[in-house]
Amino acid sequence: MDFEDTPEEAAFRAKCRAFLDANAERRKPGAVEGYRRGQDAPGAMERAKDFQRRKYEAGFVGIHWPVEWGGGGGTPIQHVIYNQEEAKYDVLTGLFGIGINLAQPTICTWGTPEQRERFVKPAMRAEEVWCQLFSEPGGGSDLAALRTRAEKQGDEWVVNGQKIWNSGAHYSDFGILVARSNPDVPKHEGLTFFILDMKTPGIEIRPIRQISGSSHFNEVFFNDVRIPDSRRVGPVGAGWKVALTTLMNERHGMRDAPGPDVAELFRLAQTIELENGPAIDDSAVQEKLAEFYVRSQGLKYTKFRGITALSRGQTPGPESSIVKVVAANKLQDILSYGLDMIGMAGPAMGETMPVAGIFEEALLYSPALRLAGGTDEIMKNIIAERVLGLPQDPRADKGMPFRDIPTGTRK
Amino acid sequence: MNFDFPEELIQLRDQARRFLADRCPPSVPRRILETSEPYAADLWRAIAEMGWTGAAIPEEYGGVGLGRLGVCVLAEELGRAVAPVPFSSSVYLATEAIMLFGSEHQKQHWLPKLASGEVIGTFAMAEQPGPADPAKLLHSIASGHVTGTKLAVPDGDIADFAVVAVNGGGRHAWLHIVDLNAPGVSRETVATIDPTRSHARLDLTAARAEPLPGSTGPGTIHRLLDYAAVPMAFEQVGGAQAALDMAVAYAKERYAFGRPIGSFQGIKHKLADMYIQVELARSNAYYGAWAVHTGAAELPVAASVARIAASEAGWFVTKENIQTHGGMGFTWQMDCHLYYRRARLLSLALGGTREWKHRLIDELRARNDLIAA
Repeated sequence: MDFEDTPEEAAFRAKCRAFLDANAERRKPGAVEGYRRGQDAPGAMERAKDFQRRKYEAGFVGIHWPVEWGGGGGTPIQHVIYNQEEAKYDVLTGLFGIGINLAQPTICTWGTPEQRERFVKPAMRAEEVWCQLFSEPGGGSDLAALRTRAEKQGDEWVVNGQKIWNSGAHYSDFGILVARSNPDVPKHEGLTFFILDMKTPGIEIRPIRQISGSSHFNEVFFNDVRIPDSRRVGPVGAGWKVALTTLMNERHGMRDAPGPDVAELFRLAQTIELENGPAIDDSAVQEKLAEFYVRSQGLKYTKFRGITALSRGQTPGPESSIVKVVAANKLQDILSYGLDMIGMAGPAMGETMPVAGIFEEALLYSPALRLAGGTDEIMKNIIAERVLGLPQDPRADKGMPFRDIPTGTRK
Repeated sequence: MNFDFPEELIQLRDQARRFLADRCPPSVPRRILETSEPYAADLWRAIAEMGWTGAAIPEEYGGVGLGRLGVCVLAEELGRAVAPVPFSSSVYLATEAIMLFGSEHQKQHWLPKLASGEVIGTFAMAEQPGPADPAKLLHSIASGHVTGTKLAVPDGDIADFAVVAVNGGGRHAWLHIVDLNAPGVSRETVATIDPTRSHARLDLTAARAEPLPGSTGPGTIHRLLDYAAVPMAFEQVGGAQAALDMAVAYAKERYAFGRPIGSFQGIKHKLADMYIQVELARSNAYYGAWAVHTGAAELPVAASVARIAASEAGWFVTKENIQTHGGMGFTWQMDCHLYYRRARLLSLALGGTREWKHRLIDELRARNDLIAA
């Protein structure tokens, strides 16, 4: 039992470091990472694309993909090692996550050879940026309740409807779209999956202002948008199965929640004076710090168990399913406790606040982390059903033709 | 990254699970609960014959030399089975104290007997409610004899000897071996929250006491408790996993409002939360296992983290197991209370989570590099 790389892993890690040292700046010690911090800075997209192109040329994009996808044919553990190293550097790669981690594996699994040939490499090199057009105002957690219509006319599909929560739709070249091709069959059976050129006439993109004030998400409206049938991914009516490939990739990420963690709370407790001296000497603060530390460590070692499974060539166990839900809730608990210690000065925001204002900043973005990519409630359903084997909830819409199912908000 | 047990210990864990499923189903702790038998002597003999009691003891002292990792995997299975045997007292505490602090002569004398199971040892610390503070120990030690009272000593009525903590002067404790069958020792079984593990009050009146020479320095008690907390965390995780399994099984077979209760999200999400607690505790216990195995400088932090996570998971999961069972869960007849009692007993055994949390922060402040790591 140890935390060491195998000799092969160590050699690969050294290669990753050499590339990163030559192409990126290391994060400064103590720097805090926010949610999508830096994505709005001027020139961020150009710098991110430039780095991505060099990353691709060095063979660090699609490390573990099969060679026939255009990947490196490497192991999942190599992918993890690269990401561990990259996280130590100040690079923006999240802008391309949908294209590389979600869209291309789905296209490679379900699409035609022509689609693979056309789309995979430009996405890997970030020459083309992708967004995800899945959720709708009436279909979020219940994604299969989506209503956007796709009707076949000759060799084309005509799309009408609305999507929502589309990160980066405003700067994306392509989107992966799920739409309803047949409302007369039960909801999971009437969906079809498409690749959509975001410059197609009839698409309107409106930014959604989040509670943080910034706008990373959009609403996307379709008004007689035409998609050639050659851009359909998978069979007509198989859109749900195709989308599940995307969703599995989305949830597979064992994602942590960026923001203030135990180290930042310690720093805060060391700088703040309470009634009887430094907060770090306060008994109640110490107990809270200990609880958060234990939770953080539990997550860290849960991830290590998953990485060990990968390192041994096994599939990570169900333990990886807990990471997102624990991390996002821990973030909110930590930021709330931190703000509470700051007290009356807490409402102020910005770099001059303790620990560079990360507690206040996180207050306004943290709700997203409990919603995106599967809400806490959906994640707990997944744990209960897939890991613990509990029965599914009875579904009131089971077997009903979609057009008869109430969806969205009815008053 | 190789953060898992080696293959041979995973096999040992599987063997132990099968053995205990056969030899220690819930009817065994229930027998101890409902009769005057203080522990399952037949089970104790069987596990001693398989070498479990000597798992961490080197072969030169009659053990099987599996190391402390071996004890961890066995502890998890004993916890799962709610085994009514003095394993934690004799193995994690008495054996560990002699391995850590005993003289060569003491190791040669005691370890083979502990390994074979012919002798049961325990650890006697608490003299009053509240955290274990070596400076407050009342025992007087004069010319090799010890006087005083120890409360709620685990397995104190069945053990052959106790490692007794006495005030070694100032803030330090000093450990002594006391033969519990010798003159000057009186012991009385006390009622506890978990009668499947018997406890006794020890009254020592000028009882002969043999010091463990390595135990005179500072930090003795913490060091012993750190080493014991890691296998104890595995035992706690094993019990929590068993309680979770019980709740899940019941939620699948119990119907209400025309459907299995496990199809209601109120139950489903509770069970998912229980699963999350168990997995986090298991991961932290693994970190503790790594630390005791390698003798890492991080052991005090790792042991505290393992201890706190396991105690909190044990409490949460075993109380919610009762809740999932509804009124039936509160009956004597259902086994829920076996896990509930044991979880709370083990979470108190080495000191409550409150004191371990303060200990953790003290250690982290001394090792600033670990906070962000």
